[in-house]
Amino acid sequence: MCASRPAQAHQPDADTVRGWLAVVTDPEIPVLSLEDLGVLRAIEWRGDTLEITISPTYTGCPAMDRMRADIEAALRARGLQKLRIKEQLDPPWSSDWISPAGRAALQAWGVAPPVRSGSVRCPQCGSAHTTCISRFGSTACKALYKCEDCLEPFDYFKCH
Amino acid sequence: MSASAITTGLLPADYREYALRLGDNALILGQRLSEWCGHGPFLEEDIALTNLSLDLIGQAQLLLELAGSQGDDTEQKTADELAYLRDADAFRNVLLVEQPNGDFAHTMVRQYLMDVYDEILYSELIRSGWQPLADIARKVLKEIRYHKQHSGDWLWRLGQGTDESHQRMQQAVDDLWFYTPELFENDDLQQRLQAAGVAPDMASIQTRWQAGVLPALKQAGLRPPESGWVATGGRKGHHSEHLGYILAEMQFLQRAYPGCEW
Repeated sequence: MCASRPAQAHQPDADTVRGWLAVVTDPEIPVLSLEDLGVLRAIEWRGDTLEITISPTYTGCPAMDRMRADIEAALRARGLQKLRIKEQLDPPWSSDWISPAGRAALQAWGVAPPVRSGSVRCPQCGSAHTTCISRFGSTACKALYKCEDCLEPFDYFKCH
Repeated sequence: MSASAITTGLLPADYREYALRLGDNALILGQRLSEWCGHGPFLEEDIALTNLSLDLIGQAQLLLELAGSQGDDTEQKTADELAYLRDADAFRNVLLVEQPNGDFAHTMVRQYLMDVYDEILYSELIRSGWQPLADIARKVLKEIRYHKQHSGDWLWRLGQGTDESHQRMQQAVDDLWFYTPELFENDDLQQRLQAAGVAPDMASIQTRWQAGVLPALKQAGLRPPESGWVATGGRKGHHSEHLGYILAEMQFLQRAYPGCEW
């Protein structure tokens, strides 16, 4: 007769894990946690393995590899060993998934959050009198803008 | 024969071949654009070109992973193996994407012609019966649309710009135009993919592409050349001499130091 394998002594629930993952941020935008960025889709136990589902942002974004590694490191530090990080393409990640807290953090950090309609507002002075300098910026997710009132250049998190 | 092969008439090799065609287009165009890094006409455009390149290489990674996952264990390969360890005759990209960057006009005309094509093609592939490809299509379509805004703006600005910018753009259109019919080739595989609901009808893609490109050229004060030769062969692995040079640079590290990671 086989002895049944003891269940993993401690299987923290999804909310607990979610709390632990709050320390994992986008390496290129360190004020945004993966949850605020909308990348973290699901946290589920599959038997004795914890499965984390994430939605990649841009297909070529090099920060995604780092995020995967940081998730693993954060959970191993909590004593979880059997992990699987699953990428889910569909539905594709959208900048609409950035949380209100994430948008506020972006703004405070000097990056204008994405807007679907209306003007991009300068994160420094709040003016709506801004101009796009370049559709592409220092990372895949950003464009370069300039404020016509305070004259400061700033990053804009692109609508995606 | 797998259950899906019985219902669709397609073999794993057919799926692999189609994903390679799409993935190689993205990979080689992305590699070409990366050559601009540090050589862009001005800083913002240098950054734009490398961003386009990064997106395309990311797209290539998804598509080559999909290609490499077809077939049994002995046939499967990683995206890296497919990118770094195939010779030129195993690449399935169209000849247009391997053409040299030339001047900025040539790069942007090539980009615009491909962006319009990719936008139309992937907007159909989101309905592909091959689910993993449909998922990738939904993902990459957003990036392609953004790229097209960029290349479309340059087409208009440079076409309607100075005498010199106009002349360079017209030259680029003249040089690259006869590489475009290959984009719509409807070979045996393409027809079988279409019959199985995996790929769209290429004749309708061509009609829509012309309906997008021709008015945009006209608006930019440019015109397609009237007649000439037509380039073909990429899908069969018959490439121009340019691809060998691209691979020599792109594959050097893995060829010289197999398995090297950093």
